Amino acid sequence: MQLNKILKSLVIALPMLTLAACSSTTDTTANDGVESATQQTTTESATNANTASDANVVVGSGTDVSIDDVENLTAEEVKKQVIDELRKRHVVYFGFDQQAVTAEYGELLQDHANFLIDNPMVKVLIEGHADERGTPGYNIALGERRADAVVKYLNNLGVSSSQISTVSYGEEKPVNTSHTEAAFTQNRRAVLVY
Amino acid sequence: MSITKRFLSFTILCLMQVQIAYAALEIVITEGTNSARPVAVIPFKWLGSQPQPQGMTDFASIIADDLRNSGRFSPLDRSLMPQTPATESAVDYAAWKDTGVEAIVIGTVKPLTNGRLQIHFQLINVLSGFKNQTPQKIDEQLVKNTDHIKLNLKGNFSTRRPRHISHRLSDYVFENLTGTRGAFLTRIAYVSINYDDKYPFKLLISDYDGMNQHVLFRSTEPVMSPSWDPTGKKLAYMSMEDKKHEIWIYDLVTQKRELIEPYKGSNILPVFSPDGSKLSMVLSKSGQADVYVYDLKTKKLERLTKNRGIDTEATWSPDGKSLVFTSERGGRPQIYQINLESKKIKRLTFEGNANLNPSITPDGKNLVMVSLQKGKYSVTKQDLSDGYVQKLTNGRLDKSPSIAPNGSMVIYSTVVKGKQVLSLVSMDGRFKAVLPASDGEVKAPAWSPFLTSKKN
Repeated sequence: MQLNKILKSLVIALPMLTLAACSSTTDTTANDGVESATQQTTTESATNANTASDANVVVGSGTDVSIDDVENLTAEEVKKQVIDELRKRHVVYFGFDQQAVTAEYGELLQDHANFLIDNPMVKVLIEGHADERGTPGYNIALGERRADAVVKYLNNLGVSSSQISTVSYGEEKPVNTSHTEAAFTQNRRAVLVY
Repeated sequence: MSITKRFLSFTILCLMQVQIAYAALEIVITEGTNSARPVAVIPFKWLGSQPQPQGMTDFASIIADDLRNSGRFSPLDRSLMPQTPATESAVDYAAWKDTGVEAIVIGTVKPLTNGRLQIHFQLINVLSGFKNQTPQKIDEQLVKNTDHIKLNLKGNFSTRRPRHISHRLSDYVFENLTGTRGAFLTRIAYVSINYDDKYPFKLLISDYDGMNQHVLFRSTEPVMSPSWDPTGKKLAYMSMEDKKHEIWIYDLVTQKRELIEPYKGSNILPVFSPDGSKLSMVLSKSGQADVYVYDLKTKKLERLTKNRGIDTEATWSPDGKSLVFTSERGGRPQIYQINLESKKIKRLTFEGNANLNPSITPDGKNLVMVSLQKGKYSVTKQDLSDGYVQKLTNGRLDKSPSIAPNGSMVIYSTVVKGKQVLSLVSMDGRFKAVLPASDGEVKAPAWSPFLTSKKN
């Protein structure tokens, strides 16, 4: 999948960029030097074009062709980008009264697991939710079961339990409050929160 | 006299209560008043030398509403009353007999010098009153029988909570006419949710009829399952304000709250024991939801269930000797009972796809719960002696049933017109009423115990 590729490349890029970030001070200086040199050249060529209109050569494109200053991302920034990507795909939905993670969420949870393993200092909170069918007292226990199912899935992929905490909201925090079947489908969920 | 004592304790109770009163819930009767007994509550007469103050509480109207809200009585409309007597001697029994009402309530209100009110009220049986007009000869003497006067009470009241005075009088009338203690001087606690508010989740209390509403607690995070202590002065509830489950006990007298030191995982569904010394609760510190009992004095915790499935929603039997709870131990959720002494567990429910959220009626005879049948969740009642199950409600998402302390009614949450609201159903299922909220959604109702000391 497209998104998956982006995530993988970001995860791979992280250590490289971390190295790059270490020498960022010299890089910036070098960049500045290059840029001012380019500016000088441009000025010269513009002068040339204006003063010597009968010359055989025309130097310069007439538009700004300088390269924008691309700063290297810090490790924190890369991590944030990965988290931002993961945050877009952070909900596992469940069937009615079901507490097992279905196969369709395998890839999503694999991405989260990879990230958590690569970043052992990162912690994730898993919220368990239920729809409003049934009773609040049962649903809050069911929400806990759903959160636990996600924890177990991540544990099986090698994520340390120390990085994960859980909380069940039961039916108390629906994303869709319309009391309809469509709402119930959206509300039966576990959410990975960074 | 015991009545004076009860009046006195009632007055003390009134003085302790918190201020600010506005109605956000209102009872609308939706089903079943045709079997109700006709009565009349005649407007109380003002006996002050000055005219009755503007906005003075209409005691008779509140009593009539209470009687109507019980589903057992049908109070006569004032426009149909043949007369409005204030004393027994002024009652025209023949005229009242023609209206078909069984009993009338009459009363007077007299302002006292200390700012209090003296209320004198009487409950009179119309038919016996009619008969007793003719004196009877007993032991060669003509005696005027007065056994038609069923109640003749006089009491002095603080004017701070006039609605509560009315509810107290309603309790007397109800008890005299039905033999069941009235539960009008009671409160409900509940949770309201309005996502447009800065603090969407609120814990509230009001009188049983939705009046005198007070917000006790507001939060950005969910508040769950309020439960009263047996004195009606404390509430236990779960709050997620710290992004985890925490059980708090809120003191209505001091307006302060106390945290029960949370255990790892879920800390939910606190319920006071009938003697108020313990809390049953559901904890998941051992890996899954199990039922525990926490001793409030010794702070000792006892684990009662050890099961891989969910065990939840424990409530106490009225004698405090057992707990009923929901468990998945048999596959689908069903109701079980655990004897606290022997620790023996017994399954109570066998009908329906699932049964949840049990509580036992105050007389110990019935189980009230939420049952799943044909995809719908409704409130049902099961006779504990013969197992007979009766459906009390017909909703799709009915839940959180809480029984009135006199066992006459159940308050529960349901969805009406796309909004979660509170509803009432009588224990025979024939009378129904909704309490529409003025804003937001309302859920998790808990009916208080009696708010007056038990009669001797």
